[in-house]
Amino acid sequence: MAECHPVGFQWVMEAKARGAKVIHVDPRFTRTSAVADVHVPLRAGSDIAFLGGVVNYVLGHDKYFRDYVVAYTNGPVVLGEDFRDTEDLDGVFSGFDPQSRTYDDGTWQYAGMEVRAVSGERDRDDPRGAGGRSVSEAARGEAHGSGGADIGAGEPERDETMTHPRCVFQVLKRHYARYTPEVVERICGVPQDLFRQVCELVTENSGRERTTAFAYAVGWTQHTVGVQYIRAAGVLQTLLGNIGRPGGGILALRGHASIQGSTDIPTLFNLLPGYIPMPHAHQRQDLDSFVRAEATAKGYWGEMRSYLVSLLKAYWGDAATADNDFCFDYLPRLTGSHSTYETVLAQLEGTCKGYFLMGENPAVGSANAKSQRLGMANLDWLVVRDFSLIESATWWKDGPEIETGELRTEDIGTEVFFLPAAAHTEKAGSFTNTQRLLQWHHQAVEPPGEARSDLWFTFHLGRIIRDRLAGSADPMDWPVLDLTWDYATRGAIAEPVAEAVLAEINGHDAEGRPLSSYEQLADDGSTVCGCWIYCGVNADGVNQAARRKPGTEQDWVAGEWGWAWPANRRILYNRASADPDGNPWSERKALVWWDAEQGQWTGHDIADFGRTKSPFYRPPPGARAADALSGTDAFVMQADGKAWLYAPAGLTDGPLPAHYEPQDSPFPNLLYGRQRNPVRQVLPSRPDNRYQPSGGEPGAEVYPYVATTYRLTEHHTAGGMSRWQPYLAELQPEFFCEVSPELAAERALEHTGWATVVSARGVIEARVLVTDRMTPLTVHGRTLHQVGLPYHWGPNGYSTGDAANELLHLSLDPNTHIQETKAFAVDIRPGRRPRGPAAPALVRAYRARAGIDEHTGTEP
Amino acid sequence: MGVRTWIDSWPVYRQLTGTDPLGRGAAARSGPTARLTPRVASADRVVKSICPYCAVGCGQNVYVEDGRVTQIEGDPDSPVSRGRLCPKGSASLQLTTGDAREHHVLYRRPYGAGWERLDLDTAMDMIADRVIEARRAGWQWDVDGARTRRTLGVASLGGATLDNEENYLIKKLFTALGAIQIENQARI
Repeated sequence: MAECHPVGFQWVMEAKARGAKVIHVDPRFTRTSAVADVHVPLRAGSDIAFLGGVVNYVLGHDKYFRDYVVAYTNGPVVLGEDFRDTEDLDGVFSGFDPQSRTYDDGTWQYAGMEVRAVSGERDRDDPRGAGGRSVSEAARGEAHGSGGADIGAGEPERDETMTHPRCVFQVLKRHYARYTPEVVERICGVPQDLFRQVCELVTENSGRERTTAFAYAVGWTQHTVGVQYIRAAGVLQTLLGNIGRPGGGILALRGHASIQGSTDIPTLFNLLPGYIPMPHAHQRQDLDSFVRAEATAKGYWGEMRSYLVSLLKAYWGDAATADNDFCFDYLPRLTGSHSTYETVLAQLEGTCKGYFLMGENPAVGSANAKSQRLGMANLDWLVVRDFSLIESATWWKDGPEIETGELRTEDIGTEVFFLPAAAHTEKAGSFTNTQRLLQWHHQAVEPPGEARSDLWFTFHLGRIIRDRLAGSADPMDWPVLDLTWDYATRGAIAEPVAEAVLAEINGHDAEGRPLSSYEQLADDGSTVCGCWIYCGVNADGVNQAARRKPGTEQDWVAGEWGWAWPANRRILYNRASADPDGNPWSERKALVWWDAEQGQWTGHDIADFGRTKSPFYRPPPGARAADALSGTDAFVMQADGKAWLYAPAGLTDGPLPAHYEPQDSPFPNLLYGRQRNPVRQVLPSRPDNRYQPSGGEPGAEVYPYVATTYRLTEHHTAGGMSRWQPYLAELQPEFFCEVSPELAAERALEHTGWATVVSARGVIEARVLVTDRMTPLTVHGRTLHQVGLPYHWGPNGYSTGDAANELLHLSLDPNTHIQETKAFAVDIRPGRRPRGPAAPALVRAYRARAGIDEHTGTEP
Repeated sequence: MGVRTWIDSWPVYRQLTGTDPLGRGAAARSGPTARLTPRVASADRVVKSICPYCAVGCGQNVYVEDGRVTQIEGDPDSPVSRGRLCPKGSASLQLTTGDAREHHVLYRRPYGAGWERLDLDTAMDMIADRVIEARRAGWQWDVDGARTRRTLGVASLGGATLDNEENYLIKKLFTALGAIQIENQARI
């Protein structure tokens, strides 16, 4: 965190100054470790074993927050009789189908629930007979964003004593019973004493009076079990009562100015604004059947129809009427995954012909970078919008394949447009930071030359296309022609007014008055709202994201700086900061509480709960949506109002996190017969995307070291915004790898000399930094060396080097389709890499030596 | 210059007679130093902004003089950052005003060996034509009997460095065009 989010890290140091203990768990010793109380080096890719070990400690030593767990989690809920755990089935849960490599979650359900009434229309019963495959492929686990999936109707069977053998709490206990300190030591390489110290520090600092926070950079998501990494932290933090309370939580430290915003208002294939799922292709699907299948019976997702209809009104305005299902049919439909990696495959196949890159540099910044470039080389046209000539704009004349002779410029038919982009100082708009805080940046100056904002580009592109298609009778063109696309513009370049777009995102009522809360949204077409969770950002017609009351003039919540979704709440699920009766768990950790006299919730933050809903409210029979939440259902976005220690639905790879080895690993899985996540998404093993043998498989020894990629303070992701800045280039002038003195001795690597790093996909060279910041670990009883690879580089700009992403494969998390860039296996050798055709020849020679073919590493 | 001023300009005299007997402060201060002002002092205005790099969202003060950005500093008012910026945020003046930025549209024709210049309006028209064509070429009314009403001909990647309003328009336009392969760094 000190490395990648240095200014955010000042708050960790503030906490430390007040007595907080800082624990840093990372394969490398970094600037964070340097100021932490405890640094725990562990093997990259072993975090679930580590976190599972802490869960086992918490359960085994009765360190969980019992009152919180009973009241606010599904710990007491009893599961159906058919559920089988990975402990019972040697590494798979019940419902596994090895043929389709998917789970049917039918046996994961709560006892006492009706079978999900809508499941006939759910995608698991896909009419095309593909089972749940195409939908589980479609990142459905990610939809709903701030809450869980539907669980069907009825009241779950509960055992408040949490002793029923099939209750979640007991299932959890059995699931993690083998995650002992000894096992953690063998898998993670963390000595038992150090591990116990972490367990003690975390549990001593959790409970009524104290809370512990987990912060992760999104490297946690970049695994074939990425979602389950975060679930593991979720299970632990929920057991300890650290969710919804000040000083608690699991904090995702995201890496781009508005990467949270681009998830909320998604430029993502599987989502519509506000985490409404993109519809999936079905026969005879209409708005009502979609909502029936996707909305929950209880909680705020029960109002999905209002959110969706208001969005359709924002998109298609007067053309969207009750008679035509509010143009629901205008939405394109998914069939499986259409993620960025499938898009690359579609480019290689030739179905995807045109490609826009808007502030992104996949030629060096995406995993398996060679596939990215080969995909672009097969396009009809490519539009790159950026500040400088990044690698994704110039690969056709100076990319690695030109040097090796695999591609020739004169053979590449791709037409390339480079359009210079405006900087943040040259346009107005809002970023959503990593804590869901929208902050407005005002325009300072006009963009230079032909540089334009993406607002300008998108608006005018749409305007020109609509002009071209005007008068078309082809129903294909109706969604384009009916689109509301009349934003006001200003100035000599006709820049769209960003505030006008924000006003549409916020929404308005039938009279055009700005809405102030998503609770005002209606499902009859009388409200317009472009993103329901952002409703209120323009309350009273005032740009709330532009509020800048100085922090020194506010309390510690600073609620008048910017605007946080939803409803300017700063801590989600903060009803859980009070006990079931509505009183703070402790004065020290008070955040919101029930004021019985006023009959409303009050406190430092805005309650994430019905403002006047009493803690003693119990829903009448037949209540639905928010009304069905009782006064103690603190987790208001969940289908049962509870935090999920166990996920009965919504995840494609199991209701509980289990340790699997990374796709490429030098070690066998100590815990289960399954080496890898059996339902991970393995993209086709093309020659440029071969997988490696692992563990005890012959050939695994060819790639004996674990590698991990990461960022440095002085550069930004794939370098498009940092390698062209002389100051930053001077601070970090070229690509390097970090190795321990022991590994340097073993492989004759010289400090400041060159090393060549090889995987089954590629070969790169890097300057060698020999440092005891890299610690050799004892894993499975033998010494393991790890290689650190910052991934900022490519050949262009002032600071240059090979791209670490050349080494990566395309084995993905099955829920999110995120690649496994944080743990893989390589070989390292002294000296520079070969030039020309000798480079791919070296990669092929390694593959031959390891016996790699198209089947290697692809089994479930 | 009067005699008095002349004598006062002599550091040794100031050191012996003034409040700085060690000669490490006011006594050693030269005229040019005394005339120095912060480079932001002459700014015409200060524009409130947010750092464009990571997702912490540090506040920035953007100083503008004669229609040009002259300096970017941390905003002390921000309860997020309290005036601090990291090395990247501190380099955002170079990011926004540095000479590594391209100011013109560039075009590489199919099988071409190098860049050519193209004016922006022409480029926009050409891109619009290509979108319409690729959209039609990749159009699918249905797949295996189920309605899809979409195109696989056009894809987009990017958004995590853009504004919410920009992402909103991108998703809205591309969805209306039927394009579904719309992605950004959040997947990566």
